[in-house]
Amino acid sequence: MSAQTHTRPKRRIHWGRIVIWTVLFLMALFFLMPIYVMVANGLKDAPNVSLSTMWYPPTQVTMQNGFVGAWARLSPNMVNSLIMVIPATILSSLIGAINGYLFAKWKFRGSDVIFTLLLFGFFIPYQSILLPLVRFLQIIGAYGQIWGLVLVHVIYGIPITTLIFRNYFAGVPTELLDAARVDGAGLITTFTRVMLPLSIPAFVVVGIFQFTNIWNDFLFGITVVPNPSAQPVTIALNNLSGTFSVDWNVVMAGAVIAALPTAIIYIFLGRFFIRGILAGSVKG
Amino acid sequence: MTTASLTQANRQPPRRRWHIPERTQSFLLLLPSILALIIFVYVFISFTFWVSLSNWRTLKIDLSLREPLFATYGELFGMVRWQADLRNTFVFTVFFIAFALTLGLTLAILLDRHLRGNHIFRNIFLFPYALSFVVTGVAWRWIFNPETGFNIFFEMLGINALLQQMGMAPLKPGWITDPNVVLQVNQLLAYAWPPALGWQVKWGIPMAMIPIAIAATWQLSGFVMALYVGGMATISDEVREAARIDGATEFQVYQKVIIPMLRPVTISVVVILLHVSLKIFDLVYTMSGVGPGFATDVPSIFVFEMMFKATRYNLGTAAAIVMLLLVALVIVPYLASSLRQED
Repeated sequence: MSAQTHTRPKRRIHWGRIVIWTVLFLMALFFLMPIYVMVANGLKDAPNVSLSTMWYPPTQVTMQNGFVGAWARLSPNMVNSLIMVIPATILSSLIGAINGYLFAKWKFRGSDVIFTLLLFGFFIPYQSILLPLVRFLQIIGAYGQIWGLVLVHVIYGIPITTLIFRNYFAGVPTELLDAARVDGAGLITTFTRVMLPLSIPAFVVVGIFQFTNIWNDFLFGITVVPNPSAQPVTIALNNLSGTFSVDWNVVMAGAVIAALPTAIIYIFLGRFFIRGILAGSVKG
Repeated sequence: MTTASLTQANRQPPRRRWHIPERTQSFLLLLPSILALIIFVYVFISFTFWVSLSNWRTLKIDLSLREPLFATYGELFGMVRWQADLRNTFVFTVFFIAFALTLGLTLAILLDRHLRGNHIFRNIFLFPYALSFVVTGVAWRWIFNPETGFNIFFEMLGINALLQQMGMAPLKPGWITDPNVVLQVNQLLAYAWPPALGWQVKWGIPMAMIPIAIAATWQLSGFVMALYVGGMATISDEVREAARIDGATEFQVYQKVIIPMLRPVTISVVVILLHVSLKIFDLVYTMSGVGPGFATDVPSIFVFEMMFKATRYNLGTAAAIVMLLLVALVIVPYLASSLRQED
């Protein structure tokens, strides 16, 4: 491409580019439209919120906007989500790292088949395990508790974190392991001394992937935790949205608040986010 | 020979007292995870399956088998609501995959030109994927509400004033509240199989399902784009150059060369989108719920309501097992083929 541009006369208008750029611009408007609706209406205050002006920006931004009301209702659930997502992300990443290392570098008879059977657990509709899961959590006293949700997310997170780490460690040259072996390092020492320091980028990718997945979960939250004050924010937002007495500027602001943590991660660590998508799509 | 093996033996680390072979160590370290998944996936699925065959249909637990076997499945498939759910999932899957695949691939091709501002566009298109389906549902619920959103937009643009001047009815679609099922094929099916005429559920396209497919497309087409962009990055420019030298137009370069080369990506994308659409729950639940006349009801909502609201446990678990089978139909061949590729 660069070779071609050199031979072309300068200052030529590339109509093809302008067409593509226009299409991209229009598509960007489509993708940003719901976000605009959420933010603009969230910023309106209760007296000024009216359906007919839904598409207009707020005329004046006051302190009594939807965000104040939404934060008052959702902040306890935001805290619940954080208490759930942080330990669940850390634990499932650590377990995935060890499993991925073993499946990639210490294969044994049948390990690939076991890995595939493990991976199937990522794809199942969780409806098919919900009833026994809820019974099990009731028996061990984890039903309705945040730590019960942590447990659920860690266990059902194992397949995908193992997959991403396995693919990552498969790319690490085996010579490194052999060198560690010659130095007398065993399987675990090789992991902690050689592989773990190498796997920081994989931890960032898996961490973001799991944080997003667990934060955005709805099904486990609504079935495992029936008590509204202990529920994660996604369920609280759904409840808020279904309450008729709540002004809809509050609902819109609530949606923005619930989306904020994953949105911030996306904006600042988007590079790793994309890598997580590519790594998490099995063969992609 | 003897000396060689001796020196090798000398080089080995001093033997620990209880030395377990490393392959066995690997298996033992994996055992907790393997056991957890055996219990939480396979044992739990077996339990769910058992309940679906049982008499447990009230709050009182009753695990005795229902006579005749699979009677609950017969009851399930006889329900108009469940039939509507299967229809809705089918229609949603077709529209959603068609939209998301087309849009995602188009965006990836447009971005493949590497114009200025490329990464800004890419980040905008992928952004919805970082959001929760609940957030998407809440936002699009207002956009596709007949009293708000797009319909006000049509009003603002003066489209309806224009239509009225031309003596036509104003454009005011019911979107997610539209109970109509268009392009009904019951009559057509009845030619092939006469009992179809007696079906209560109308086989066709429930109009209310289309806005939901659009919202799902908004959320996931950026993901499709990201996978295609990743795939295209692995195709060297020389391939495109060679095609151009052979006289291919820009359109043909993609149609004849790039897209066929991206076949593995397309398979991954279709499999992933399929399993998302068969399981879709949060988006529909927050956006429209079951809808008018079950126009937007889906199997996952059916399971949820039967298990946690109606306490019809055998019916709910039977529906869950059908969902699992549908997903397995897609996922098992995919996982089996990727396992075979590695050997």
